[in-house]
Amino acid sequence: MAPIISIKDLTKTYASGTPALDAVNLDIEEGEIIALLGPNGAGKTTLIGAICGMVKITSGTVSVGGFDVEHDPRKARAQIGLVPQEIALDIFETVWNSVKMTRGLFGYKPDDAYLEGILRSLSLWDKKDSKNMELSGGMKRRVMIAKALSHAPKVLFLDEPTAGVDVALRRDMWEVVRKLRDEGVTIILTTHYIEEAEEMADRIGVINAGKILLVEDTATLMQSFGRKTLKLSLVDPLSTTPVTLSDYDLALSDDKMTLTYSYDTRAERTGITRLISDLASTGISVRDLESHQSSLEDVFLTLVEEKS
Amino acid sequence: MNWLAIKSIYTSEMKRFFRTLSQSILSPVLSTVLYFVVFGAAIGGRIQEVGGISYGAFIVPGLVMLTVLQQSLSNASFGIYFPKFTGTIFELFTAPISFVEILIGYVGAAASKAMIIAFVILATATFFVDLHIIHPFWALGFLVLTAVSFSLLGFIIGIWASNFEQLQIIPLLVVTPLVFLGGAFYTADMLPGFWEVLVKFNPVLYLISGFRWSFFEVSDVPVGVSLAAITIFLVLCISAVAWIFKTGWRLKQ
Repeated sequence: MAPIISIKDLTKTYASGTPALDAVNLDIEEGEIIALLGPNGAGKTTLIGAICGMVKITSGTVSVGGFDVEHDPRKARAQIGLVPQEIALDIFETVWNSVKMTRGLFGYKPDDAYLEGILRSLSLWDKKDSKNMELSGGMKRRVMIAKALSHAPKVLFLDEPTAGVDVALRRDMWEVVRKLRDEGVTIILTTHYIEEAEEMADRIGVINAGKILLVEDTATLMQSFGRKTLKLSLVDPLSTTPVTLSDYDLALSDDKMTLTYSYDTRAERTGITRLISDLASTGISVRDLESHQSSLEDVFLTLVEEKS
Repeated sequence: MNWLAIKSIYTSEMKRFFRTLSQSILSPVLSTVLYFVVFGAAIGGRIQEVGGISYGAFIVPGLVMLTVLQQSLSNASFGIYFPKFTGTIFELFTAPISFVEILIGYVGAAASKAMIIAFVILATATFFVDLHIIHPFWALGFLVLTAVSFSLLGFIIGIWASNFEQLQIIPLLVVTPLVFLGGAFYTADMLPGFWEVLVKFNPVLYLISGFRWSFFEVSDVPVGVSLAAITIFLVLCISAVAWIFKTGWRLKQ
């Protein structure tokens, strides 16, 4: 099946000469959630802007649903909903009118039942007659999502959707995003919360200095780049790590009661069996074991450092 | 053509107008009443007639034009500047709307508001003077052309402005003086020689002259020249807007 978004050699250089995107190639499949990760100024928002029509493309092509965003912008944009990074609402307008206005801009006739469904799913129905200025930050962000969904887009861009949102609300938003994915909406999200990408995304794209460094299934990425640690709780304290164990990447805790072994999941052998055997032959008794997968944040930082 | 998008923009803008109805209507009506009191009653008492028309009636077209110009400019400039200021302008770029449709929505609403106020002012004027419009369709034509042209200019100002001060500066420093020097309260031949020549370079003179002709068949310049002048101004504004949309000046990065 053809990708719903296809980006070929996309380059953007601002009038000041600043390069923002450098020959970006990316295909996004219909119905997936893809997270774009990258440090500030990496080009995430510029990439979204180029796809959505807010940024003029310097060279390359972008198509959405098979329609080129520059040559057939109406058909391309009709399929997109965008929730930008900054909350941007007419503060004097009511929630209901704001959502209705966006639906109209996309050329759709009013459909009160549909809009009611969206507002209910985002827990906004009770606030429909409130002015935007009367809402909390989290509620405003929900209104932004409701507006983006008002024309039933096939593709939804969420640019830092949970920035500044409390933990409970963030979890609620994740639920909303999952529900949308279940309904077949393709979701592209940028986030600084790596936990969010790890939790939500089917695939993760890492972008830095205007280049896509990597696009990979979340699980594969974690497996490929993830380092694991094995914590060994000791029965008796150790004064130092024995010399006989110097071949292992071991760290002794300050209380001398825990040895932490770091190993690479990409390696052919993890060395755990041999370590346990060597510990036993050295006379070190282990009371408990605990393994820990490195977070996507660690993966991300490793990747950016390696590729840079 | 995305008519529903045009309707959305137009309706949203008109709602804002009606939401602040007292400010929208009251302020220009009050100003007009004051003009009538000061220029019509106080000064008009000493100037009996101009071109065979009572001074009170003579200034009506000028006052209407003054209001239409100011209202068209301020409504259109604020209309497009406000989404820029709040950031909601992104919706216009990401929706399947052409720039022409955006323009029709905003300029149409701004011109409509100016026209509504113009009619209110005309109605107000009838309380002070006897008013008879000889060529009502010409008057309507001039009114529409002026409202649309200056709404286009206002739209350009709104796109250009990067703060509220800039939004106000052209209407205050350029347009208001042009209106006062454009024969709103006198005919060009009432001015001393140098000024009489100078005001002929003022485009607003042609608007007021044409509009006044449609009321009383009295004008500073032939009505055809007035019509040509407003048409040229309209074409210039449309060309400027077309260029802005083509290049994305002040709109797109």
